[in-house]
Amino acid sequence: MAEAVAIHHDAHQEADAKTIFGFWVYIMTDCVLFATLFATYAVLCNNTYGGPSGKELFSMPAVLAETLILLTSSFTCGLVMLAAEAKSRTRALLWLFVTFLLGLAFLGIELTEFHQFYQEGNSWQKSGFLSAFFTLVGTHGAHISSGLLWALVLMWQLMDRGITHNTFRRIACFSLFWHFLDIVWIFIFTFVYLMGVL
Amino acid sequence: MTSRYVTYISGFILSIVLTLAAYYVVVAKALPQAQVIATIVSLAAVQLIVQLVCFLHLGSEKRPRWNLITFSFMVLVLVIIVWGSLWIMNNLNNNLMQMMGH
Repeated sequence: MAEAVAIHHDAHQEADAKTIFGFWVYIMTDCVLFATLFATYAVLCNNTYGGPSGKELFSMPAVLAETLILLTSSFTCGLVMLAAEAKSRTRALLWLFVTFLLGLAFLGIELTEFHQFYQEGNSWQKSGFLSAFFTLVGTHGAHISSGLLWALVLMWQLMDRGITHNTFRRIACFSLFWHFLDIVWIFIFTFVYLMGVL
Repeated sequence: MTSRYVTYISGFILSIVLTLAAYYVVVAKALPQAQVIATIVSLAAVQLIVQLVCFLHLGSEKRPRWNLITFSFMVLVLVIIVWGSLWIMNNLNNNLMQMMGH
């Protein structure tokens, strides 16, 4: 009986490992998507068509705040994973909620920035630079938004079912996704914002 | 268990230090532009490695290292796309500028 349970358990774990690897492959393809957007941005970033350049537009303290918030959320997401491994539902829920709030704060700052550019007449229609900027940073923001939705669903499932095979596997995939988004942001921070204000 | 905490915490602290360093180098304006670019690109590369190792645990899996293999292939594709696009578009730009000059 115990042996049967153990074999069953192993089969489960193997299936989960395959799912998580499949999700990793998805993330790799998503990296290629971001690579094309970075390439587009790199080609178009000087084509301001008489409009403002990044140097005139970007507010660096806000961008630094965004970066540190997302970085912290990536760390708290790691804590969700450790709590899930320790089978502690309360801690997992707590850190997932913190991750969610930090992600929401990040998105809020980003949307405020977008809104401000738009209000000043510097929308994606203004120049090649701004089209590329909104596409690249906006795609990252769209990923963050879907991550936030995912976190909400996960919180609900954790409250409902606790840490089971299924919720654990989903937490593992979510944490891969969230860490990946933080890594993409390092490059947006460096190549778009820091280089933009040089 | 504790060693895993140490991994995440050190990854977090290193990332914050690297981010603040890149920000400071740009805001302080103490170096020539070429050096600033070289510094912040290196800092981003180091932070990439820190996060890959500490947060995504890349390289600590058992053989065959499928995560690492797919990751390496992605990096190859990424380099071809980004470097190739820049190369082609620069050439195009130069050629068109010459034509417009005549």
